[in-house]
Amino acid sequence: MKPSTQRTLLRVLAGALALTPLIAGAQETPAPTISSGDTAWMLTATALVLFMTIPGLALFYGGLVRAKNVLSILMQCFAITALVTVLWTIYGYSLAFGNGGALNSWIGGFDNLFLKGIGLSSIYGTQTIPESVFMTFQMTFAIITPALMVGAFAERMKFSALMWFMGLWLTLVYVPVAHWVWGGGFLGTLGVLDFAGGTVVHINAGIAGLVAAIVIGKRKGFPTTAMPPHNLGYTVIGASMLWVGWFGFNAGSELAADGVAGMAMAVTQIATATAALSWMFAEWWAHGKPSVLGIASGAVAGLVAITPASGTAGPMGAIAIGVAAGVLCFIASTKIKRMFHYDDALDVFGVHAVGGIVGAMLTGVFASAALGGKGLAEGLTIVDQVIKQGIGVGTTLVYTAIASLIILKVVDWTIGLRVTEEQETEGLDLALHDERGYIL
Amino acid sequence: MKLISAIIKPFKLDDVREALGDIGVSGITVTEVKGFGRQKGHTELYRGAEYVVDFLPKIKLEIAVDDQLVDKVIEAITNAARTGKIGDGKIFVFNLEQVVRIRTGETGSEAL
Repeated sequence: MKPSTQRTLLRVLAGALALTPLIAGAQETPAPTISSGDTAWMLTATALVLFMTIPGLALFYGGLVRAKNVLSILMQCFAITALVTVLWTIYGYSLAFGNGGALNSWIGGFDNLFLKGIGLSSIYGTQTIPESVFMTFQMTFAIITPALMVGAFAERMKFSALMWFMGLWLTLVYVPVAHWVWGGGFLGTLGVLDFAGGTVVHINAGIAGLVAAIVIGKRKGFPTTAMPPHNLGYTVIGASMLWVGWFGFNAGSELAADGVAGMAMAVTQIATATAALSWMFAEWWAHGKPSVLGIASGAVAGLVAITPASGTAGPMGAIAIGVAAGVLCFIASTKIKRMFHYDDALDVFGVHAVGGIVGAMLTGVFASAALGGKGLAEGLTIVDQVIKQGIGVGTTLVYTAIASLIILKVVDWTIGLRVTEEQETEGLDLALHDERGYIL
Repeated sequence: MKLISAIIKPFKLDDVREALGDIGVSGITVTEVKGFGRQKGHTELYRGAEYVVDFLPKIKLEIAVDDQLVDKVIEAITNAARTGKIGDGKIFVFNLEQVVRIRTGETGSEAL
């Protein structure tokens, strides 16, 4: 996920630290060539990340809503996948990863509209995979980020409003933030570490989800009416698919089949398992019983938190990040939501924003070689790196919250965000799609 | 003739069915029902949101018998369905005015 410039820089620094003259001498930059091994892995990783959204996330969320809304969730995830694919092809990739010239700190350019210039032999920067693969890999990230938000305003948004909101949000929020961190923009240049998208994907979706939940308002009857998940079996299947798919997300973000990818896979597994246990034990201690929804939610929280750290943390860092993510996301999803009375229906903020922030900040800590990580850039202390991480988190929180608020208000004033009370009671499946999830 | 209606715990159905077969009961109607009595409901917890479920699943049996079999049926159900814990259920006995076997048109005890 790193921009080519940052990637080269890190390689050079890593080489210098390891006193490896071979890599350190790579400043002469031989012409990049396509590696079949790297390409084979990235083709696979791209498929894995798409699999996270459909069907992984769709089932995870689908099981958590009431039976009358299950299709609306599956439909929203599927429609976002299709919509983002087309928008990414037309202009999204170009604006996120193209050259923005004088404005490159802020936004990419129009050189690659309709994927112009991406042929069979094109390579992005100094990568060793075809640009077509890199573009598609990035597309799957652009798909899952808006799809994550679906959980926040579940069971009450108009489908037409969803399409407008997602199209505008991808354009005005995802594309610039992705450019800032990975496309050569100012956050990447500053040295913010976000290996696989803790900030770009999870904090971004988490805060936008919270704003959306507040703007659209609570579900009718929340929190006095019981709204239990209708099929936790789906939810566990979905969480398991997310876990497997996340290897593509994190280990794939190395954009090569090498040692960093291998360690990214290992720490992803370790942090996820640790967070699943820590949420489970926290709930067991607080409520007396360990729950299926708890252990599955903990796993997702761990996946989110290790995402930015997966290229730099070691196994001990992964355990620490997993413990923190499981406990803090448990508190955010069960206590804070109730305290502030917002209806983030499926805890997008509690899991993705909180997990993302925990992960982003701890990335700065556990990148340190003294704590088993890959090592910080030369001359940087842990405190320096944590401050950089904080700037990345803060910038994203502020920009995304304001931009999302404006987009939501515009959609609300023009076509309206919310279904009618009658439609909400009937369920979105019948009211918006003329279909039922279960005909038994 | 009497109509005996019994509410029991679902997992006791096979035991009750066997006990009734042993004393010569020739037909039972079974319905899955929900309700509450002294056992009340239970609570469910999803990410900190607690829901009280008032109605618990139970099985309702309906048995039509001749008067002389009533006490035996009550005894058989009571013995087979009892766990000793709260929530074992109840037995209701009603007078039964008429019974008709649809296939043959027989009525009264003949139709049981």
